[in-house]
Amino acid sequence: MHATIDDVWAALDHLTDPEIPVVTLRELGILRDIRETTDGIEVVITPTYSGCPAMGQIEDDVRASLQQAGIEAHVITQLAPAWTTDWMSEEAKAKLRAYGIAPPHTTCSDTSVIRFVRRTDTRPVACPQCGSTNTTLSSQFGSTACKALYKCLDCQEPFDYFKPY
Amino acid sequence: MSTAPNDYLLHLADNAVVLGQRDAEWCGHGPILEEDLALANVSLDLIGQARLLYQLAATRMGKGATEDSLAYFRDDTEFRNYTLVELPNHGALVGYAASDRDYATTIVRNFLYSALMVLVWDALQKSPDADLAAIAAKSLKEARYHLHHAADWVVKFGDGTEESHARAQAALDHLFPYTEEFWTPSAIEDAAIASGAVTDVRTLRAAWDAIVADTLAEATLKRPEVRGYVPEGKHGRHSEHLSYLLGEMQGLARAHPGATW
Repeated sequence: MHATIDDVWAALDHLTDPEIPVVTLRELGILRDIRETTDGIEVVITPTYSGCPAMGQIEDDVRASLQQAGIEAHVITQLAPAWTTDWMSEEAKAKLRAYGIAPPHTTCSDTSVIRFVRRTDTRPVACPQCGSTNTTLSSQFGSTACKALYKCLDCQEPFDYFKPY
Repeated sequence: MSTAPNDYLLHLADNAVVLGQRDAEWCGHGPILEEDLALANVSLDLIGQARLLYQLAATRMGKGATEDSLAYFRDDTEFRNYTLVELPNHGALVGYAASDRDYATTIVRNFLYSALMVLVWDALQKSPDADLAAIAAKSLKEARYHLHHAADWVVKFGDGTEESHARAQAALDHLFPYTEEFWTPSAIEDAAIASGAVTDVRTLRAAWDAIVADTLAEATLKRPEVRGYVPEGKHGRHSEHLSYLLGEMQGLARAHPGATW
């Protein structure tokens, strides 16, 4: 019997991000599509950052789960349209916050490439521990490519902010 | 449908992989922990971009080419990167003089390069070469963060202490002449423009000048006068520094060809 598209979603639904085990690949938008082609079923994944070292692990996890479920499918990587944090579901954002990572704002509509010194995006980032917006950026680059380092000036806790991308 | 020539893809990829390698030299040696992480992340993005470009070029070239054969088994004269990205992480030296890494040099270089690349990727994301456009759209998001990071530090250094200002200005004086290479044509770029898939980088010069002027004004730094020598790294004629960098980057792959782990 051939697996249906729903069977494949069901087989892969439990897979989580190797770095952030509280959100699934589907919620993050990394597991992008499952579709029927003349060649059989195609599972489409997309990289977050170009150099994200977790992508190899993610592809292995997808293949292993397919194999475990006895499903034959091709796994392909698709770049366009480029992955964006805007695809992240509200549930995923709530889970990130509960895990101690401030979820991303929607990407800034001002995408002009010049005028970088005086920024237009001044939306505050709320501390995932105490909720205070009295926070400050420590570094635009954090423990993984997708996160920035922040510090809460009220509860004094450092925390990760999932950068809008 | 027009596609960008492979040599042009290699020019973009070589810039990214060589600067990625230079930035990675700070890994474990950053001036502060946050900057150590930042440079490693920038480097990771650049190497990721290079991989996507090498993979695309390798697929189109066929004949057994792979991302690894392109990165590890071409010699220095086959690399098409700007001379700017291969220079060491310190200023010019004479004779046997040695120098520690200088963070101002690294930051100023990243600034000059990422200010160009936000414009290049922005233009290329509209390329009729759909594969290149997809890579450009991803790389643009990353280049914006690289430019934010570098521009912030250019301002902190320039508008900082007397020492940091002097070192930032010295780095700028040293590196700025190398940006002339951006604006002088090469046969590879001419062919790429003729393909219809690639924007002429010279049309981006006014926008690049504006980013530079804006940041340098905030940083109280002076844009150096540029005259004379124009480097020719993208023609395959490099400074002496590239072969040492490649020696380190390619040594393992060449000592154990085909090795896996």
